[in-house]
Amino acid sequence: MIVPFLYALRRRKLPVGAQEAVNLARALSLGLHESSLEGFYEVARALLVHSEQHLDDFDIAFAEHFRGVTFDAVKITEEIRGWLEEVQKLRELTEEEKASIEALDLDELQRLFEQRLKEQTSRHDGGNRWIGTGGTSPFGRGGYHPTGMRVGPAGGGGGGAVKSADARRYKGYRTDVVLDLRQIEVALRRLRAFTREGYPDELDIEGTIDATAKNAGELDVVVRPQRRPDTRVLLIMDVGGSMDPYADAVSQVFSAAKRATHWKELRTFYFHNCVYGRVYRTDHFADPIGVHELLRVTSPKYKLIFLGDALMAPYELLATSADQPGNPPTSGLHWLSVLREHFPHSVWLNPEAPRGWSGNTIEAVRSVFPMFHLTVDGLTEAVQELTRRR
Amino acid sequence: MTTEFRRFRGTPGYLTSDALESAVNCALALEKPLLVKGEPGTGKTLLAEAISAAFEAPLITWHVKSTTRAQDGLYVYDTVARLYDSRFGDGDVRDIRRYIKFGPVGEAFRADRRVVLLIDEVDKADLEFPNDLLHELDRMRFRVGETGDDVVARQRPIVIITSNNEKDLPDAFLRRCVFHFIDFPDQELMRRIVAVHHPGLDAALLEQCLSVFYEVRGMQRMRKRPSTSELVDWIAVLQRAGITSVRLDRELPFLGALLKKEQDLAAFADQLAGGRKFRS
Repeated sequence: MIVPFLYALRRRKLPVGAQEAVNLARALSLGLHESSLEGFYEVARALLVHSEQHLDDFDIAFAEHFRGVTFDAVKITEEIRGWLEEVQKLRELTEEEKASIEALDLDELQRLFEQRLKEQTSRHDGGNRWIGTGGTSPFGRGGYHPTGMRVGPAGGGGGGAVKSADARRYKGYRTDVVLDLRQIEVALRRLRAFTREGYPDELDIEGTIDATAKNAGELDVVVRPQRRPDTRVLLIMDVGGSMDPYADAVSQVFSAAKRATHWKELRTFYFHNCVYGRVYRTDHFADPIGVHELLRVTSPKYKLIFLGDALMAPYELLATSADQPGNPPTSGLHWLSVLREHFPHSVWLNPEAPRGWSGNTIEAVRSVFPMFHLTVDGLTEAVQELTRRR
Repeated sequence: MTTEFRRFRGTPGYLTSDALESAVNCALALEKPLLVKGEPGTGKTLLAEAISAAFEAPLITWHVKSTTRAQDGLYVYDTVARLYDSRFGDGDVRDIRRYIKFGPVGEAFRADRRVVLLIDEVDKADLEFPNDLLHELDRMRFRVGETGDDVVARQRPIVIITSNNEKDLPDAFLRRCVFHFIDFPDQELMRRIVAVHHPGLDAALLEQCLSVFYEVRGMQRMRKRPSTSELVDWIAVLQRAGITSVRLDRELPFLGALLKKEQDLAAFADQLAGGRKFRS
């Protein structure tokens, strides 16, 4: 029972492994779930989920997996609950007693209950012992399985567990869909590096002790420059046209980048559709700067982040034109390659979903830049790419 | 396995949910640290105080800052004091133990009864910080390198770790913790929380405030959604000003107490003007 559930979680990319399984088994054997499905839901969630971004997937998997257990919970009324309580009291039923209960004329309720029993059988091995196992230890094999908890709370309390799982209250914390300003900031925070450069004005205590010891106890003060952030970021954004639907997401990334205090420098530029020889300092394409000029003032140490959908008419990317009279004609793709060659640490963030990344200009751009989906997960991967040593 | 243990059921002054109790009890039973996350102002730190009160165990708090190193929590060897003493002759400098100062983790291990150890805002420190503590929290022991002394926990402390989510925590660390995410309070809980801060608040005003508050929280494109403390402040201001009724419109009184960013104020005005169709 538990193990298939763990695999269901793994299928949803929750990082659960043997360690989690052992913890869960221990918790159940200690009776932490208080013999209810609701309790099991809480315990499993506390032990199997390690981050709020996975809560939603946990809820989905839980609801799917235990749906059979409680699928009729919604329909069950107060009376049914009362009836189930009666059954709970008669937990250790003999076959005869069971039969006598079945003889009770509770027509509709009974029908539901039996339907439920069938559901059990088809879903889980040994499910037909649902009532029968009532007498066995509540902490038997499978831990959560025993009837004591199954019969009662499956109708009453257990319904609550799947119901709250169904409510999917943690949707907002998923990282593969939502871009929340704070999440972006967290992702960008990993993009950092420090160096000690400049005037030595910090007392190096360890160094001082070492030097003093070597100096036979005569104080020898060692100073060093302070540790300062050394990340320089170049953010180039596509605006207008097909990017309009993503304006909000782009502005969030922009303000998160602006607010990142752990960078030494952030430069932002704009372009439309593709880069042709120049980018612009404002989002209404004023104040241009030529790409070669840009490369002159930015060292390859800069981390380059492109933000755009990379969707355009093919000629916009491939057709050649001279950026200035007299210069040899070059295509948009060529300009992108120039940038890519100059900045070994560069990525392209795309708000378009990855399923639409082939068979169009995105594919061409992807051949130049490593491309990531503009989600928190994608951003995290992009940051990893940017910080990789070369 | 282990015998029955005392369960945490909250305290009169601290409202818990089933999920929270369950997480605390898992942490207690499995002897693992409890990692508590949640929006600011949802009572993460207070939880440790409540557990400390419930089990009558002293609370040792370690406020983590951006400069905190894991070593600081174990012990610090005060070399400068020793150097100073050796130069200007005060006390026995041969005894290094005199210069070992234990940090919060060290104190928690050395305590002769069970204590609650709160590691507050673990995400404030460097990314590697949690990893550096893994072994110590797992084994509940560490060695003082300078003296060769082993510090072993006499009574396993109850470890509560809070995080504001400013940085991702390392996976290896997460795996060793029991996790709980404190939800933002729903209206019912919020009503009780406000009642604690503003006893005797007019019921009609409270209802209006709550409905406006959750409405504003639910708006799209908010950079910083108002949280519990903003609501409590806002109600305080309303009361001071003698305002007896509020409703959601562009002239919402003291909006600045709820929304603290210019863009949010703009988004607010925008969405009210746009016939509310943008509301999420």
